[in-house]
Amino acid sequence: MEYFGEQLVNGVVMGGVYALIALGYTLIYGVLQFLNLAHGELYMMGAFFGFFTMTALGGPSASAVPVAVMIGIMFIVAMGGGALLGVAVERFAYRPLRNSSRLAPLISALGVSLFLQNAALLLFGARVRLYDTGQFIDLRSGISIGRIRIDPTEMMVVIGALLLMAGLWLMVNRTRLGRAMRAVAVDQDAAVMNGIDVDRTVVWTFAIASGLAGAAGVMSGLLLYPVDQYMGVFAGLKGFSAAVLGGIGSIPGAMLGGFLLGITEALVTGYLNPTYADFIAFLILILVLLIRPRGILGRPAIAKV
Amino acid sequence: MTERTPLLELRDVNTYYGQIHILQGVNLRVFEGEFVALLGGNACGKSTTLKTAVGLVTPKSGSVLIDGVEVTKEKPGERIRRGIAVVPENRRLFGPMTVMENLQIGAYTRSHVPKEDYDYVFDLFPKVAERRNQLAGTLSGGEQQMVAVARALMSKPKLLLMDEPSMGLSPLLVEQSFELIDDLHRQGVSMLVVEQNANMALSVADRGYVLQTGRVVLEGPAADLAQDAELRKAYLGR
Repeated sequence: MEYFGEQLVNGVVMGGVYALIALGYTLIYGVLQFLNLAHGELYMMGAFFGFFTMTALGGPSASAVPVAVMIGIMFIVAMGGGALLGVAVERFAYRPLRNSSRLAPLISALGVSLFLQNAALLLFGARVRLYDTGQFIDLRSGISIGRIRIDPTEMMVVIGALLLMAGLWLMVNRTRLGRAMRAVAVDQDAAVMNGIDVDRTVVWTFAIASGLAGAAGVMSGLLLYPVDQYMGVFAGLKGFSAAVLGGIGSIPGAMLGGFLLGITEALVTGYLNPTYADFIAFLILILVLLIRPRGILGRPAIAKV
Repeated sequence: MTERTPLLELRDVNTYYGQIHILQGVNLRVFEGEFVALLGGNACGKSTTLKTAVGLVTPKSGSVLIDGVEVTKEKPGERIRRGIAVVPENRRLFGPMTVMENLQIGAYTRSHVPKEDYDYVFDLFPKVAERRNQLAGTLSGGEQQMVAVARALMSKPKLLLMDEPSMGLSPLLVEQSFELIDDLHRQGVSMLVVEQNANMALSVADRGYVLQTGRVVLEGPAADLAQDAELRKAYLGR
C-alpha cells in the first residue's frame, strides 16, 4: 500500500507536468484546428530559460536572493520567454500558412521543432544540464501522509500546476479574451462578424499555451529530469497523447488526460518495468485513437459545412 | 432633398473570389433612419455585399464608407465600433456558449458595457432574458433569431445589416421576425436587409436595390419596386 501510494504520488506529480503540456496542444488545436508539433520544444526552451535564470542568480548553491524568490523568477522568465517564443513562432512559421492546406503548417511545425532543437544545441551546447534542486531545497523535508512522503518540489509542482490550471480555467470562462478564444474555436467567421480580431486572439492563445509549456519545463527541471535539447521530443509526444486521451480541444480533457497518463506511467514503472513506461504511454494513444478517437471528454467531430 | 452623408456607402465596389468576379461595380447607400431591402435571386452577390460592408470580404477596387469615413482597409472590429452590426445568415450563434455569453461577444468591441444595455435587449426580448443561462445551441429557431438580433444590438449599432432573416424559419416566424425588424426600425435603428423573400421585405422597407449577377439592376422606393413588372416576374413569381 505504501509502495502503491508512492507510485501514485509520482504519477500525480508527472501528471501535472503532462497536463500543462497537454493544455497547450488543446488550446491551440481548439482555436485553430492545428496541431503545434513544435510545442515540446517550447517546454525544452522553458527548462533552459529556468536553468540559466537559476545560474544567473547564483544558484543552485549560492543564490543571491531567497530560494522562493529565485524559483518565482525562474518561473516568470521561463513562462515569459516561452510565451514570446511561441508568439514569434506563430507569427513567422504558422500565420503565413493559415489559409493554405492543412498539411503545410504541420510541416512548418516539424521544421520549427528541428530549428529550435538545433538553436538550443548551438546556443547552449550539447552538455546536459541538471537543476541540482537538492542544493537549495531540502528534499528530505516535506510532508508525510501515513508512510508516504511527498517532498517539497513534488508539492510545489502539483500546487503550481493546479494553480496554473485554475488560472487558465478562469481566463477561458470568465474573461473577454477567453470568450473570444472560445468564439473563434466555434465559428471563426461569426467571431469576425462580431468584431473579434482573430489574429490577436490567436497570438494570445499561443502566448498562453507556450507560457504553460515553459512552466512545465521548469517543473521537470526542478524534479531533477535532465535538461537537453531533445527533452521536448518525448515530453511533447506525451503531452499530445494526454491531450488526445482526454479529448483534443477540451480543456478539462487535457487536465484529466495528463493526470491519467502520469499515473499509468508511474504504476507501470513501479510494478512492471521502467522501460515499459513510454511503450505504455503510446499504446494508450494508439488504443484511444482506435477505440474512441474523440477521447474521454471530447465532443464528437462534426463535419464543418 | 438636401445632400446628407449616408450611414453606409459602397462606391463602385468590385470583389472577386479567386478568379470569379462577384460584385461588379456595386453602388449602394443607406441613409440614417432608412430601411433598405437588398433583393435578388441565388448567388447574385447579396451576401457578398454585406460581407464587403462589414469587412469580411475586401474589394479589389472601389470603396466602403461608414458615416462618410473611408473604411475599406479597416478590420470588422473597427467598422463595428463606427456603428454597424451584422445578423449573419443562419444566425451563426455560438452554440456551446450561453445566451449571455453570446450577448457579451456581441458587445466585444466595447470596453465598457453598462448593465442597462443588457436590460434594454432583455426588455425587447423577454424570451432571451428567460434563456440567458442556457446554451444557445439548445434554443428553438425563433429564439435563436431573437438572440442573434439581440447579440447584434449589443454593439449599439446605428445601422443593422441583416442577412436573410427569414432563412430557415416557419412562415409564422418569418412574419414575427419582420414585425420585430420593423419595430427596431421605428425605434431608430437603420436597416439594410438582404432577403430572398422580396414581398415580405418590400412590405416594410423604404427603399430597395435589386442585384443580378453582381450588378444593381433596379433601385428605387419600395412601393415602386413592388409594382415593377420586371421584378415581379423575376423574383416575386407572379
